[in-house]
Amino acid sequence: MNENREKNLRTFIVDVIRWNFRGSIAFQLFRLVLIGCMALGIYAYSHQAKYGLAVTGMNDIVSWGFYISNFTFLVGVAAAAVMLIMPAYVFHDPNFHRVVIIGEGVAVGALVMCLSFIMVDLGGPLQAWHLIPVIGIFNFPSSILAWDVLVLNGYLLLNSLVPAYILYCHYKGRKADERKYRPFVFLSIFWAFSIHMVTAFLYQGLPARPFWNNPLLGPRFLASAFAAGPALIALILAVVHTATPYKIDRSVFNKLRLIIVISAIINLIMLFSEIFKEFYFPTHHSISAMYLFFGMDGHNSLVPWIWTSVCVNLAATLVLAFNPGKNNPKVLLPACGFLFVAIWMEKGIGLIVPGLIPSPLGEVVDYLPTWVELSVTLGIFALGITVVTWLVRTALIIEDRYGK
Amino acid sequence: MCDQKKTDNKEEQQKDLAEAMQEKSSRRSFLKGLSIGAAAVSATLVTGCVPSADAATNEELRLRWQEYFKKNYRLMTQEEKDQTVSRLERLATLREGLEVQIGSEPPVKKVLYGYAFNITRCEGFMECVAACIKENNLDRKTNTQYIRIFEMEPGKLDPSEGDGKFFHEVPVENKFYMGTQCFHCENAPCTKACPTKATWREPDGIVVVDYDWCIGCRYCQAACPYFGRRFNWGKPEVPKEEVNVKQHYLGNRLRPKGKMEKCTFCIQRTRKGRLPACVEACPTGSRVFGNLLDPDSEIRYVLKHKKVFRMKEELGTEPKFWYFID
Repeated sequence: MNENREKNLRTFIVDVIRWNFRGSIAFQLFRLVLIGCMALGIYAYSHQAKYGLAVTGMNDIVSWGFYISNFTFLVGVAAAAVMLIMPAYVFHDPNFHRVVIIGEGVAVGALVMCLSFIMVDLGGPLQAWHLIPVIGIFNFPSSILAWDVLVLNGYLLLNSLVPAYILYCHYKGRKADERKYRPFVFLSIFWAFSIHMVTAFLYQGLPARPFWNNPLLGPRFLASAFAAGPALIALILAVVHTATPYKIDRSVFNKLRLIIVISAIINLIMLFSEIFKEFYFPTHHSISAMYLFFGMDGHNSLVPWIWTSVCVNLAATLVLAFNPGKNNPKVLLPACGFLFVAIWMEKGIGLIVPGLIPSPLGEVVDYLPTWVELSVTLGIFALGITVVTWLVRTALIIEDRYGK
Repeated sequence: MCDQKKTDNKEEQQKDLAEAMQEKSSRRSFLKGLSIGAAAVSATLVTGCVPSADAATNEELRLRWQEYFKKNYRLMTQEEKDQTVSRLERLATLREGLEVQIGSEPPVKKVLYGYAFNITRCEGFMECVAACIKENNLDRKTNTQYIRIFEMEPGKLDPSEGDGKFFHEVPVENKFYMGTQCFHCENAPCTKACPTKATWREPDGIVVVDYDWCIGCRYCQAACPYFGRRFNWGKPEVPKEEVNVKQHYLGNRLRPKGKMEKCTFCIQRTRKGRLPACVEACPTGSRVFGNLLDPDSEIRYVLKHKKVFRMKEELGTEPKFWYFID
């Protein structure tokens, strides 16, 4: 029995690799572009490894930059898979059941990117083993960063093992035993909220940074994640729907639209509440917000950035809410794309960088990422997209065969 | 002189780099860059840091290998501390040609260090800053400074409203001066934040960093409300003849790149009963340092008889650094 199973596992892996090397010319080209981007990222990172983080735009004042900004945003994208998992497994929505595997693939891709961003941000990546319990020292429960390491890796495990088990069962042509994976699905729902709350607490728990030290940060992280994540998933589903024989029911898009609109509105209300608090009666603690929205001492590199984000966010939310094209995907999908980018702008750079400006001693500097940071980031995005395409492709082929 | 040469070299290197980058579009040089990158990564994995162009000797590789797998300083026995110290001293000889003495003196019993800064007396000469840079082997390339001096308008007591970049003759009429550095908080947000316990508060009150255990995540830097921490963004550079060879494992030994560092109250001096370099250098006597547990110390006198205050008291960090007025 055991031997038989192992043999199947081997063919499973071989088949997955085989499927992922086939594809149309256009798909191969797409892959080539991704590999090119990753190569550029590796080249830029080797440069960073040699000369240190001095080749980035960061300094002692803005000590976290583009890497940590992207990390923070992508944790939200990973957490958003729960918006497919919940309807599929808890409410037993059959249409969502068909797409939940894609959501989980996106979550795994996002988590791979998150962990890569953390690794490239470390000054001593070779010392990263100091974080591993038993062989290193894990400052748990005191350090929120230790919590974050725990929840991110746990979520990665949950989100890869449950779909892997289901797919493997389907690959072998039998039904997955729901009693076996159901507890883990519920755990992963709880876990999805925890990864984003813990990541928010990373910032929220620092009294040194009044811009972050704000009880609304965690809930706002969730709201923005549940808008941006499903927006991305809707776009990916649209691609799958048009480019593959795997058809996705229209009702999935309609329900996703509802989720996105509600989350985006809650996010905007909370943003408004924060802006009100900072500017109705500005105190010492509002200086970072002042820098972000209006600039300070001639430093205003983030002002156009944040206003673009807020305006695009508002416009996209209104379009999604009022649905002017009457469910026309040519209107709704670009709106999803714009919303995704607007939240990326606001929750990435727009949250991390001003939190560090001005320094606790009042110094204001501007931050601009260098070519190294941009190239490494591009490489990591390419890696994430590669992971997602591999997982989704595998899942779709297996599900398609199993369905027949 | 040597300093000048070094910077020239550096500039040349950077120029080469810029040229290499411009050529990036050519496929061959791109691939070459890639293979160099791959080689660097694999070499890095083997030796524990990016090797220089000079051929590393077997001894050096062995020492680096042993250094890579050593424990956190706090978990080492005295024997292990002695071993790593002798390895580090030998490595300094092999790599930099320096004869350094790295100490591992433990905290002195019944000692808790405290610091007081007289804002009436300080006239902004910055002798303390210069002495600190020299004593602690701070990076000359990026001009790292543990101490900041702010020129303050009357009526203000928060350095964030002062001028930290003044460059003119001092003292200026109707201005006063405030120094900041690591305040060695009793309830330090930085040590709480560190995910690997690479930074902690010693029993004598000094907050230290184990440079070799630090992973360079910079969470402590974000957590510090006093801007007390500095990061080695690149490899710190100190001209060979200016290196202070009297060092401490937790203090002024030469830091690797990608690690956090900070003021240690000159642990290499104070644990031997000497004063920190900044206190010794101050020409106006504005800086007071001593043992808070000794009722006859100068610091206790200041705390008892002067009007003292601490920065950002509302955060509850309990700094061991007081400002006072004559």
